[in-house]
Amino acid sequence: MAVISRGFSGRRSAEAGKLPPGQYLTATFPVLSAGPTPHVSLDRWEFTIDDGKDVLRRWDWKSFRSLPTETFTVDLHCVTRWSKLGTKWEGVSLDTMFADLKTDASYALVRSYGDYTTNVPLKDLMNHQAWIAFRFEGEDLAPEHGGPARLLVPHLYLWKSAKWVRGITLMQQDKPGFWESLGYHSYGDPWREQRYSGDP
Amino acid sequence: MLEIPDWPGHVAGQHVDVRLTASDGYSAVRSYSIASAPNSKRRLEITVERLPDGEVSPYLTRELAVGDRLELRGPIGGWFVWRPQQTEPIQLMAGGSGIVPLMAMIRSRAAAGSTAQFRLLYSVREPESVWYRDELHSLSDRDHSVGVSYAYTRAAPRGWPRPPGRIDAALIASTTWPSKLAPTCYVCGPTAFVESAAGLLSASGNSPDKIRTERFGPTGDRQ
Repeated sequence: MAVISRGFSGRRSAEAGKLPPGQYLTATFPVLSAGPTPHVSLDRWEFTIDDGKDVLRRWDWKSFRSLPTETFTVDLHCVTRWSKLGTKWEGVSLDTMFADLKTDASYALVRSYGDYTTNVPLKDLMNHQAWIAFRFEGEDLAPEHGGPARLLVPHLYLWKSAKWVRGITLMQQDKPGFWESLGYHSYGDPWREQRYSGDP
Repeated sequence: MLEIPDWPGHVAGQHVDVRLTASDGYSAVRSYSIASAPNSKRRLEITVERLPDGEVSPYLTRELAVGDRLELRGPIGGWFVWRPQQTEPIQLMAGGSGIVPLMAMIRSRAAAGSTAQFRLLYSVREPESVWYRDELHSLSDRDHSVGVSYAYTRAAPRGWPRPPGRIDAALIASTTWPSKLAPTCYVCGPTAFVESAAGLLSASGNSPDKIRTERFGPTGDRQ
């Protein structure tokens, strides 16, 4: 039951209707990560899809950048409660990267340089819901925001959109990633306010 | 200081979500680091910096009075934490209000009677912006295994050997643990500070997996 805060009226924004519950709007792009920013040089960058045993697909930066790209505009919702609306990105759709790959896996563990991981059901990465993005608002993606390339899966809280992404491991069974092992929700739907483990 | 009858206990470095609710049901939530050490008194201290155009911090620092009730959720966070079982050297680096969770670690160390060796490098704008000054002074005085160094970015005390400026490699080399001791490093502050401090620690030989960061801004504190 809510405790009414005597004398609190709050500040409501006109765009509040576009925000998931418990979020507020910011115009800045806060940087949040668990450790130092890895600096990954393009000549050493690679992205792999594996099934835990075998590497199924591999790209270096050149072959990755020769894939067809898309530009897209999405809203970002961070579990720390800020949301940023209408951000413009360029990247490669994961539908493109999985185009001719047959798998019966249901889950993905997304892996990053710097050893960050996050788990996402594979179906949430398909059907134009997720991209490997390398450009933000027309500029190459800065290292503190995940450059050279990050996952963007904007319908989930932003910790799922792993920065400095280096690959995806396909799994039959769900396995918690970094924050998911430390008390955060396994799925992380901002519209259902799935912030912490134990949230419905 | 908050009194919480059913507080389950916390670990130094964790935070709480504070929810304010208006009479029409509108609510706003922000995360605040816990400043107090784990204790058995069911009491929690949070330190709130008033942001001039903030929605929640002006209420907490101006309106809230002793006896008012607050809605809290927590403790939250399992990464940026120090536990008394840790015996390795600890390097703390604070930028401005980023001192709060690090202060909880220093207090937790003292409360648990830990002998872990701590060093704190605390970067502030000017001498007046040091939080917990007397407590830090007495803790480091009483027990030489908490070494406290200050860095001033805008104005230094009279006679201070280092001109005001941001932290740099020379300061890291002279005030922090040598990387060969493999300290666990906790870096907390605004983004620019954390980027710089974590980068310098890494460049001086600390392994990235020993460097834990928490970034403070007007908007939150996690990836």
